[in-house]
This record gives sequence, structure tokens and C-alpha cells, in this order.
Amino acid sequence: MIPLLRHIFRTGILTEPPQPAGAADPRREIDRLHDEILHVLGRALTIREVDAGSCNGCELEVHALNNPYYNLEGRGIKFVASPRHADMLLVTGPVTKNMENALRIAYDCTPDPKLVVAVGDCGCNGGVFGESYASCGAIGNVVGVDVRIPGCPPTPLALMQGILAAVRTAK
Amino acid sequence: MIFHAEPIEFTRQPGLGAPVWRGRAADGEDLLRFAISVHRRQGRLAALWGCDDRLRDGFYRLHCVFALDEGWLWLSLDLADGGDECPMYPDLSGIFPAANRMQRATRDLVGIASDGTDRRPWLRHGGWPADWYPLRHDAGAAPEWANEPTDYDFVKVGGEGAHEIPVGPIHAGIIEPGHFRFSVVGERVLRLEQRLGYQHKGVEKLFVGADIARGAQLVGRVSGDSTCAYAWAFAAAAEAACGVEPPPRALGLRALLLERERVPNHLGDLGALGNDAAFAFGLTQFLRLKEDWLRLNAKLFGHRFMMDCIVPGGVAVDPNAASLAAIVEQCGAIEGAVKQLRELYDGHPGLQDRFATTGTIDSNLARELSLTGMAARATGILLDGRAHRQGYTPPPPYAALGVRPVTDERGDVAARVAVRFDEIAESLRLLRLLAVGMVAGDTRVEFAPAAGGSGLGVIEGWRGEVLVGVQFDADGRLARVHPHDPSWQAWPALEHAVMNDIVPDFPLINKSFNLSYSGVDL
Repeated sequence: MIPLLRHIFRTGILTEPPQPAGAADPRREIDRLHDEILHVLGRALTIREVDAGSCNGCELEVHALNNPYYNLEGRGIKFVASPRHADMLLVTGPVTKNMENALRIAYDCTPDPKLVVAVGDCGCNGGVFGESYASCGAIGNVVGVDVRIPGCPPTPLALMQGILAAVRTAK
Repeated sequence: MIFHAEPIEFTRQPGLGAPVWRGRAADGEDLLRFAISVHRRQGRLAALWGCDDRLRDGFYRLHCVFALDEGWLWLSLDLADGGDECPMYPDLSGIFPAANRMQRATRDLVGIASDGTDRRPWLRHGGWPADWYPLRHDAGAAPEWANEPTDYDFVKVGGEGAHEIPVGPIHAGIIEPGHFRFSVVGERVLRLEQRLGYQHKGVEKLFVGADIARGAQLVGRVSGDSTCAYAWAFAAAAEAACGVEPPPRALGLRALLLERERVPNHLGDLGALGNDAAFAFGLTQFLRLKEDWLRLNAKLFGHRFMMDCIVPGGVAVDPNAASLAAIVEQCGAIEGAVKQLRELYDGHPGLQDRFATTGTIDSNLARELSLTGMAARATGILLDGRAHRQGYTPPPPYAALGVRPVTDERGDVAARVAVRFDEIAESLRLLRLLAVGMVAGDTRVEFAPAAGGSGLGVIEGWRGEVLVGVQFDADGRLARVHPHDPSWQAWPALEHAVMNDIVPDFPLINKSFNLSYSGVDL
């Protein structure tokens, strides 16, 4: 136990602390986004992530949101297991034909008012996979989308900015 | 060249890539006999796919890649056009169980079928009609079709108290979709059956008629966590097909990129494994190291996952001396941090209790299932495409690096954790060697596609053996590309690994493999 605690104290707090204005540090940007999301929303936000056909690249960056640098969950923004517990669907794509029905069900299970964020180039417009016999293309072709976050994959910062933009549309 | 005294003449594929021999089976009997002889000598089925070559020479074609100690044997079988009937070939799943799903996927896409009894579709869930085959050249536009989910005939388990737990396709976490059907008694798992294909987005069809640049872009997005492995395997296949030799500096940089892909995947999984055993400290610590790693990728290569850095003909990046020094410096920092964390993992009784004897597969089963990569090495099988072994010389630049493959004989979650720790250490050693010894020179030669050429690329990615088969058409465009993920062989191994463990251990066992959905669903 003691080595464990020692390691925790040695590592310290990595979540970007507030910085003086003008400092060119990505940490400041992360902190600003945290504050703004909570300011706009005024409460916690729950997100259900749905992979509707991605290559797993976008998922890697969504995972990164929970690392100590971005620390989304530490600010009350939480990924939940059921769409019934979610305020927001964060969906990666393209939507495959084999996932089309599952995505619709998840959408219907999310209580109103709900936000849908399309993640990645594939989620925004079909990306390199487009529309085909096996792919419906963009998330917007299957369920209503509030905000689109382009990128292949989008960086964690871009994901946070997109989540903020979605929260703003809800206000 | 002849293997096992079987009457099939093989010729070595030219070029700098992994040792691949090509041969042609005269008929189905010939193929079957050869498969049996490979199995008898503890060889593996590495990949299986189909082709509609009727426009080229009037045949459908079945391609099988077998793996022996010496390298890979790419055996093709011509199948005559049967009109309305699916051309048939002998079922290989009785010899290599791994063939089952590949054969069913091949039927769904190309409409050539094995004569086996398992006729359930694999990739086709009801999104298109059963008699429409997307990879036939005369498939035409996709038919209008109501996308109704279809029933799937899961194997039923009976007996008092036995019941089923269906999971997915949307899982509880941030993870790719797939369906798991558990048959359980109380907490104990009697049987797990997977139904995949939810990620099928028609990737193979998109390659047809694409130019080489578009092909490289697509192949780098088959499985986002293995983009470098796929890009290199594709480039190696295209280079073998067209007689292109990338310069030495390009090969060195490719290995550097591949090892820089291996490390963060292992880091992330080691953290997630701690988390799945309720040790959130592990997740936080390892994700921090992974983030440091990815940020350096973005700084040096312009992309956190190094997508599009490996291209046919060479690489699209050229790190300078300062960049290589930054890599060496980071290796030192990560090595120290991982060593400390390993001591904490190894010294944590609760964690070890969850890891040890959980999700076990032994080396005999691993061989039967043609398992490769990290999961196979964690059963004690010394199999690593980057390392020398009896009769096998790895392709450059690995031949000169002296890779020390890592094994562990326990076959459980603890073994896969240990192998990942050791492989991080080995990759860090290799990265230092590569960065310090990086030769000067060109990073890329012009890639000119050769009309009608074909080749096979094999790369040892972080999960295991990634294969890509490439065929060019008469105009130098891509006629057919088949990417093969090691997860094809490992998914069935996971079904075995969870047997007789308890349901709450499934997430832990699953994460210890961390298999690709997109890579097999294509």
C-alpha cells in the first residue's frame, strides 16, 4: 500500500491547472473548456458513446478524454453504459447497415431533450468509406445530429470543443 | 520448391518482404491434402479469402495462406463458374477450425462456398439479399432492400438451470460493436458464442478499381489501432507485386513507426486491465504514459496514431536528428515509469488474484486454432515474425536487430499481462537501436504499379500477424485487396478462454486479448 500511495503522490495532479492568461499551453485550453462546459450546462453531463461502424480510431481518442490530462469525468462529464441514462449520444461512424437498427434503438432509448454529436470524418459525412451496399454513410443519414466534429480521428481537444458546442446549442 | 513432398510446386515471392511462397492447387483434393500435411507439421492457417477473377481468366479463385516455420505459403485454387450455383471447394474447418468464419465471410462476399455443414451467413445480417454477392464483378449497384435484422442460429445449451445472456451489439463501454451470447449456469460460463460483422462497411469492395494512393489511405483505416501494421503490410504486398524496393532508411523508419504503434496499445491495455479488476490507479497511470507517447507522435509525425505515414515505396515522414533524440529520451522516461508500475501490479495481491488462472488457453489449443501474436506467445509458443527462429529469417530491418521474442507459458490473463510488459521493454530497446542506428538516405522511391501483378505482405503488428493480399488489374489499378487481421484466429480462442470462468471475469479476459472488430468485419 505504501509504495502505491508514494507513486500517487509522486505523480501529482496532472489535470491542467489554471494558468495565467496568454500562456500558450494546451493545458489552459483544456481548463477553459472544462469551465465553459460546466458554466453553460450548469450541471453534470452524461454521454453514451455509440460506435456505429468506425475503424476504432475515434474510440481511442474518446478513451483519451478520460486520461488525467483531459480528465473529463473529473469535471462531472461522465460516460454511461445505457442510453437511458444519457443526455448525449456521441456517435462514431460510418453507420454500417448492420448497425443501423441498433443505432436507431439507442437513439429512441435516449430520453428527450437529447443531443447527438457525430464524431470523425466518417461520422460527419461518411469519410473514406462513404455510402455503399454495407454503409449508410454519415450519422445524419440515420438519426438527427446536432453537432459534427470532423477529424480522422478528431483530437481529444477537438472532441471537447465539439461537446461544448453541442451543449451551447441546447441552451 | 516443394513442401512436405506434396505435389505442389511453390515459387518464392521476390522482394524484401517476409518469406512468401506461391503455389497453385490442381483441384480441391490437392488443397485438402496439402492442408492436412500442414496441420500434421503444426503449421497454421494464416488467411483465407476469395476472388472473382472471371474477367481476367474465367475463374473464381480461393486463396489460402498457410504458415510454416519457414514462412508463408500462398496457395490458390481455381474454381469454375457454376452459373447460378455457388462454386464449391472442400471445407477446411475440420482441419483448421479458424477457417469456419473466413469461409462463411467469403461466401457472403464472393459467392463461393465450402462444402461444410455450417451454412450460416457471417457478414450478411439482412442488409442485402442472400443471392447478391458484392465482390462479384457483375454485382452491379446494391439492390434496394429493407434492412430487417435476421435471426441467427446460436448453438443452444440445455440442462437444468442453463440460461442465456445476450450482450451487444452495443456494449456497455467505449468499444466497438459485436454480439456475445453467453450460456451460463449461475455465474459459470458454459459457452460463449460470438456473432460479429456489425462493423462490416464494405471495405474490400472500396478497394476494387481504386488507385494505389486511395488503397493506402483505406488500408490505414481497416483497424485504427493498427494503422502502421496495415499500411506496411499493404505497401510490402504492392512492392512485391511491382518489383519496387523501398530504400533502407524507409525500412528503418517503418520499423520505428511499427514499434511506436505497439507500445501505446500495450500501455492502454495494461491500464484498462487494471481498471477491469477495479484498480483505477492503473488506468490513470498508464493512460497518462500513453498520452505522453501520442503527443510526441503528433509532434514528430503530424498524427497521434501515425496514420498515412507508411506509403507504398517508402515512408512519408523524415524525422531529423533532434526528433530521433527525442524518441530515445522518451524511451528512457517511459521505461522507468513502466518498471515502477510493473512492480506495483506484481505486488498487488488483489490484482494478481484476478489475473492468475483466469481465461486460460494452452499451447495445444492455440496451435489448433492457428492463434498468432501476443496471445499465442502468452501460451508459450515462440512465434514472432520479427524474430529469428529455426529456418526463418525475418525481413529487414528486423533481421539485423536481433529481436528477442517474449513468451510466457501460463496462457492466462496474467501471462498476457506479463507478455505485454515484456514486449514494451523489448520495443523500447528496439526503438533505441533504430533511432541511434538510423541510416541516412532517401525515405521513398517512386511507386509505379505493375499491370496484373500480385503480392502478399505480412507484418507482425501489436496483436499479431497482419496479412494483406494485393492484386493489380491490367490498368495498374487495384483489382482486389484482402486485409487479414490476427483477430480472425483469436476470437475463437477467446470463446475457449472464458469457458468455466465466471461472467464477471469476461471483461477482464476480453481486454487481455483486446481483439479488433473492424479488422475482421471489414
